Amino acid sequence: MPGAIYAEGLVKTFGDVRALDGVDLDVPEGTVLGMLGPNGAGKTTAVRVLTTLLQPDRGKAVVAGIDVLAHPDKVRRSIGLSGQFAAVDEYLTGRENLIMVGQLYQMSGRDAKRRAAELLERFHLGDAADRTAKTYSGGMRRRLDLAAALVVSPPVMFMDEPTTGLDPRNRQGLWDVIQELVAGGTTLLLTTQYLEEADRLAHDICVVDHGKVIARGTSDQLKARTGGERVEVVVHAPEHLTVADEVLRGFGKGEGTVEPHTRKLTIPVTGGAKLLAEVIRELDLRGVEIDDIGLRRPTLDDVFISLTGHAAETADGNGSGAGAADAGPGDAGSVGKQKKRGKAGAAADAPDADVTSDKEGVK
Amino acid sequence: MTTVTEAADTAPIRPPRPRGGFSRSVRDSLVVAKRNLIRMLRIPEVVIFGLIQPIMFVVLFTYVFGGSINIPGAPVGDPQAYREFLMAGIFAQTVTFATAGAGAGIADDMHKGLIDRFRSLPMSRGAVLTGRTLADLVQTALTLVVLAVVALLIGWRTHESLAEVLAGFALLLLLGYAFSWIGALIGLSVRTPEAATSGGLIWLFPLTFISNAFVPVNGMPAFLQHVAEWNPFSATVAAARELFGNTIAGVPKSVTGAWPMEHPVVASVIWSLVIIAVFRTLAVRKYRSAAA
Repeated sequence: MPGAIYAEGLVKTFGDVRALDGVDLDVPEGTVLGMLGPNGAGKTTAVRVLTTLLQPDRGKAVVAGIDVLAHPDKVRRSIGLSGQFAAVDEYLTGRENLIMVGQLYQMSGRDAKRRAAELLERFHLGDAADRTAKTYSGGMRRRLDLAAALVVSPPVMFMDEPTTGLDPRNRQGLWDVIQELVAGGTTLLLTTQYLEEADRLAHDICVVDHGKVIARGTSDQLKARTGGERVEVVVHAPEHLTVADEVLRGFGKGEGTVEPHTRKLTIPVTGGAKLLAEVIRELDLRGVEIDDIGLRRPTLDDVFISLTGHAAETADGNGSGAGAADAGPGDAGSVGKQKKRGKAGAAADAPDADVTSDKEGVK
Repeated sequence: MTTVTEAADTAPIRPPRPRGGFSRSVRDSLVVAKRNLIRMLRIPEVVIFGLIQPIMFVVLFTYVFGGSINIPGAPVGDPQAYREFLMAGIFAQTVTFATAGAGAGIADDMHKGLIDRFRSLPMSRGAVLTGRTLADLVQTALTLVVLAVVALLIGWRTHESLAEVLAGFALLLLLGYAFSWIGALIGLSVRTPEAATSGGLIWLFPLTFISNAFVPVNGMPAFLQHVAEWNPFSATVAAARELFGNTIAGVPKSVTGAWPMEHPVVASVIWSLVIIAVFRTLAVRKYRSAAA
């Protein structure tokens, strides 16, 4: 059975631009998929197709068990959409906005009023409920927009860059709200440019660029793809480089690098902070004086740049090749396989298979 | 698969069963119309500026042009004849300005993402546009009331029964409603509210001036006489003029013998209904595929 959000081979072109170029998605019920990608990657187009706003040229989409293309109106009853532009009417009050949306979800006037009052309280807009949305701060507007998307407690939610343009405090506040929502069992597809956001909120992440899903997995799996943990040491004196290199090799799980001009050594490791303490002890024992040492874990930023950066500048093959060099054979396979699936159109083939192979490749 | 819809329910609120197409469509349209009327109350500038322009036209045409324009068949130099002739034209021109309002409003909703919000809701497809055009109809009616008062103050008079006068205003409102559908289509087709405002206005000037609204068509070149008398806008002007009793006795209804001028009331209804049918269909189709 497909997940709460399922897409297969979605293609959408605008003139010469292939906004979606064979996108496959499968979001299990009750989980959050973070869709990560630069501006123009196709994230918004994907959301618009899945929320019935846009007809794809090709492909299949199923949301909450309903075929999006065959029964768009049924899909609309089961989804909530919170957009990039905080689509509330700024000349209506918060309450009027929510009542209107409730009525357009075909609730009775009384139910719509009751629900609006509940949501205003829940989203801390009670005091501002009867002021026009024009007077709201950016964070309040986003909360109202989110509340509007939740009027019928839809089982499936779409949020298109929900925190873009918000200050850190408001972003934090919105994250709390979203986490609470997800804890209640809602399936969520979230697009974002912020890696921290995906890291924090999403169970699974897919990285989109040029209308294609170029990588997917959990945050940890994606980080592991860019090389996992490594120890970086800067020694005080150049003559200590050789000894330090010897020590690090003893702990390393792969080929290290030495940069003589910066006196920096880097080596991939596993074992975290405990291992770092052992490395420091050993270096000390061997009389190596160090200026700096640290355990570096790749951030999603590293993943993002290594994936999209290559893809943007070089041919696809090069891009995935570079990624695969660190993470093992699973990676090169995942991109190739995705393309094949797009053509063959096999429905039951879960994208999770890629992730599993990634994991095994790394460990 | 049904478990998907039921499992994640934290609150007991689910959308009720969808109603029948027509009653849903009416209710959704009224919900949207109410929203637009609330906006109108909160941005009264729009209504006020919408009033200033036609009042200005009334004053300018009456006092600047009025003295020099001779209505065939009327006593030369009698300002009252032109005043009575003019008002139906000004009223008709005023209602067509609803086009720009509807266009700008819908373009603004597109721009701000509200149309996306509406399109993602399980609501009737035509309701956003119908709600908008209905709200514009209310605004147009208000404008006509104020304008009629101003017209009475400067000497406009009707000479038919109240029922006929009201029928005249009804035809004007119908024309305004028809034109707001043209505005809706423009609003959905352009990228910005500014473009919708200018796009909604520029073509109204030739349309309303190449007509019988401000001057009798007698003085126009023969070719323009035909255009003016077949102009849908002229039919409503002529109909209103007839229903207000503002025509001049003994003057033939038409110069070129155009059918709509001979039967202005019927022609006005037909033209307006045709415009609504065509532009509503086009606008709703455009709405379904609208991409902000």
